[in-house]
Amino acid sequence: MDRRDFLKKCVMVVAGASVPLSALTLVDPRKVLAANPDIQWAFLVDTNKCAGCGFCVKACKTENDIPLDANVTRTWVERYVYTKDDRRYVDSPKGALNGFTESRIDLGKGEFKEIDPKNVGKAFFVPKLCNHCTTPPCTQVCPVGATYKTDDGVVLVDRKWCIGCGYCIMACPYAARFFHPVLKVADKCTFCYHRLSKGLQSACVNACPFGARRMGNIHDPNDPITQIIMNERVGVLKDEFGTKPQAFYIGLAQEVR
Amino acid sequence: MKSHVWRPLYVVIALVVGLLVFRFFYVPHDFGSGKRGFMYSFHRLSNEAEWKEQPAKYGTTGRERMHEYCSACHGAVVKVRSENFHGIIPCEDCHGPAMNHPEAPEKLNIDRSRELCLRCHTNLPYTTSERKRIPGIDPKGHNPGEQCVKCHNPHNPKLEDMK
Repeated sequence: MDRRDFLKKCVMVVAGASVPLSALTLVDPRKVLAANPDIQWAFLVDTNKCAGCGFCVKACKTENDIPLDANVTRTWVERYVYTKDDRRYVDSPKGALNGFTESRIDLGKGEFKEIDPKNVGKAFFVPKLCNHCTTPPCTQVCPVGATYKTDDGVVLVDRKWCIGCGYCIMACPYAARFFHPVLKVADKCTFCYHRLSKGLQSACVNACPFGARRMGNIHDPNDPITQIIMNERVGVLKDEFGTKPQAFYIGLAQEVR
Repeated sequence: MKSHVWRPLYVVIALVVGLLVFRFFYVPHDFGSGKRGFMYSFHRLSNEAEWKEQPAKYGTTGRERMHEYCSACHGAVVKVRSENFHGIIPCEDCHGPAMNHPEAPEKLNIDRSRELCLRCHTNLPYTTSERKRIPGIDPKGHNPGEQCVKCHNPHNPKLEDMK
């Protein structure tokens, strides 16, 4: 063995010994994914399918213990009525907890507007809820770190840590937050986080008879919801605020904001 | 330096130390942030588990799932229902939350009120919305005050099969 061979073999032995044992084991991608699932919850509302029955609001309030008679709700349904002489009316009596059982428009403060059926141009219903923004303004303003966005994309409120100052309620451009009248903390839609983690659909999705509300994992390209968001014409509310909402709407009108 | 400088300085130092000690014991130790950083997710990490542990009330009784959830005991009704217009309505919308039924609640609190039916069957003159497909009545003209279920069968709402 000459010096050249000796050095060559030395280098090979050292290089071989320096490869860690873990690099030689084969990685199972399914196991890696199961240990660290890349989930990003997104909501899809098909406004064309909504009939304004309000079962979603009832189910949400029951599931999440929001007082039924209090005028606060995590999700609500808005009614838009355009008349033929180009007037636009929006209302949502009690957040549509009992649906829309009257044709007159609730203008607030006990005033109502009856619209001549012949004068109704287009009318439709739009369900609303927390948009679970990617860059949520509500979590930025919290002075105590009581509201936050989870890694799987849900914005939650820490009920033990919230001091009820109401900054987040003011910061939300969608008015999706409210002050819980019993617990005295800020409250909002959680995408039914407790149900999602048990493998159930959220209460409103489960309650909708018309399939107007759906939920899915937007990071999974094979998810039917992701397919629709990728391939069809969907919109988000108040895009100009830069909040990057994760609730997508099919059939949005300009006036719906 | 003179003592009139040092004395207030001691007070300030004592206050700062006191504040830090108080903070150490008062602020939960699992305060942190996930992959989204401090701006969007500075929080008590154990709170996520607290939310996950909340009990669910509604089962899964939507159009696709009511067969596997309710059929086991109420198969005949579910079959009649799912072949009808009302087959799209999840059972729990009218029958109430049934997560651990039949253990708890043992008996469901069924909403038979007129108002429940009127959610969909109030006639609204909106030809462009989904409502146009649903037959509607004028709540003030159509047997006001009466429960709809007195005449109509909610599981089989066809007028020919009225009781």
